[in-house]
Amino acid sequence: MPQTYTYPEFAYVQSEEQRSGTLKHHPVVIIGAGPIGLTQALDFAYRGIPAVILDDNNTVSIGSRAVCYAKRALEIWDRLGVGEEFAAKGVQWKVGKVFFHDELAYSFDLLPEEHHKMPAMINYQQYCLEERLVMACDESPLVDLRWKHKLLAVEQSDDFATLTVQTPDGIFKMRAAWVVAADGANSDTRGMVGADFTGQFFQDRFLIADVVMKADFPTERWFWFDPPFHRGQSVLLHKEADGVWRIDFQLGWNSDPTEEKKPEKVILRIQAMLGPDVEFELEWVSVYQFACRRIDQFRHGRVIFTGDAAHQVSPFGARGANTGVQDCDNLGWKLKAVLDGVAPAALLDTYHEERAYAADDNIGHSTRATDFITPKSRSSLRLRNAVLELARTEPFARPLVNSGRLSTPTPYLRSSLNTPDSAAFAGKMLPGTNCADAPIKVNGRNVWLLEQLGQGFVLLSFGPAAPVTVGNITATVLEVGKDIIDTQGVLTARYDGQPGTVYLVRPDQYVAARWRQFDPALVRTALCRALKLQ
Amino acid sequence: MALNRRPNILDQDVFYAELINGQRDLSDEQADMMLAKLVLILSNHVGDRAVLSEAITLARDNTLATPA
Repeated sequence: MPQTYTYPEFAYVQSEEQRSGTLKHHPVVIIGAGPIGLTQALDFAYRGIPAVILDDNNTVSIGSRAVCYAKRALEIWDRLGVGEEFAAKGVQWKVGKVFFHDELAYSFDLLPEEHHKMPAMINYQQYCLEERLVMACDESPLVDLRWKHKLLAVEQSDDFATLTVQTPDGIFKMRAAWVVAADGANSDTRGMVGADFTGQFFQDRFLIADVVMKADFPTERWFWFDPPFHRGQSVLLHKEADGVWRIDFQLGWNSDPTEEKKPEKVILRIQAMLGPDVEFELEWVSVYQFACRRIDQFRHGRVIFTGDAAHQVSPFGARGANTGVQDCDNLGWKLKAVLDGVAPAALLDTYHEERAYAADDNIGHSTRATDFITPKSRSSLRLRNAVLELARTEPFARPLVNSGRLSTPTPYLRSSLNTPDSAAFAGKMLPGTNCADAPIKVNGRNVWLLEQLGQGFVLLSFGPAAPVTVGNITATVLEVGKDIIDTQGVLTARYDGQPGTVYLVRPDQYVAARWRQFDPALVRTALCRALKLQ
Repeated sequence: MALNRRPNILDQDVFYAELINGQRDLSDEQADMMLAKLVLILSNHVGDRAVLSEAITLARDNTLATPA
């Protein structure tokens, strides 16, 4: 068991509704208190939706699972109040090295773009992250986190779902207008609603070892293809927080997981890799295999699926948790608008439209990385090795080396919520794209653009504009030069902010529409479109 | 630009000799690797994704249409 971490044990408390035998109606019940369920609850709370989380266990995830968190996930957590802490506690890395056999094939520097509040990527153990999210949920008056609550059945009616829940005190029922299933890749909820979860299984196994190293290794990501200490397979070395290192050995399909997990065997492997003099202690060992799969529909009536319950990817490129956090970001404001009666339930179908599209994009990235790392035939192995041999001297071959691509948000370029451009714009801020951050000043203080976005719809304007209201939803004005000051010109450059330009930004910080001139009628139409009111 | 399927190399015999010569003294394994690298080098030079797709399809279809 880990030396650097003690698993917390959260107290089971019998709920008032179970004790008194009252059938209570909740706006939202979330199934699963993993990183996604917890983030979803915090996002709902941020939007003013009270949520109950049910978890069948009473601690954080055992063993180190997710480890890399990318900028977009950190930006979302920053909106929820925990991003700065994760960025400070996590390990930031920039240099990656790729080895082929016993030689360095090439090294790269991520060279993250400047002028963003959040780093491109951090490494942080999942249990540390979950524990902090649990604390944030406990602090929120709108989150009701219930441990040792196991969902047994879901029954759906037109207006609500009835949940049968088991606790140490027996079985009781609760009602929810909406159920969010965040119960992971092996989601039981999926089976309860009869959802299909299909895709590609990979015939391979990987050994994860988390070790505490005494040696002074550089904070770099090292990836080996076919190294002398582990012939015919790949190995990844990555630094985590608290002096812990993640080592990932590809084992091949014919390996015996029980045998490979034995500490004496793992220690020999690591010694062969690090050399005999490097002192280390084993924190955690597990063997896993993986699949790339997606649920047929992200919404089944009143049950909505998020995170690994909705999509599963291979670990290459760190797309599991990062994608799941973006699911939360997409769902929160939509569910709020539907619960408030402003938007029709059809708005929730755009959660499927946008996030299934992103999931497919992520599955594509992760499948392509897997195919490069573990070639499926002799001839694809030859092509892979040809790329690696060329990469030593030929710059053109280096971009072809795929040991996992950095997770970046998938733009919803074809989303039905977008209003297509009617004028020409330079730069990347197309409708359906998440807003790029920029350093700004507010009341003389240095702050960031994204800190000003996210509460509701915003009109980011480079000239005079006025608020526009639909139902109880108002797009407020954030005027550059008045409300916020673009001291460095980064904001204006990133948004091609010619005088008069206006962006309609969604509550999840995505661009819905943009114009070269403020026109309240056009904004109103675009706002209705973004709420699925037409 | 579409894939050029018309003859395009002037001294075809000398070119072909050079290609074979490029594999001289290589083991079968090395010769296969040399061809794989040549494909990657030329693909990058061409760059045009439509042309590359057309070439990949042509090579595959032609192979499948040839009795084993």
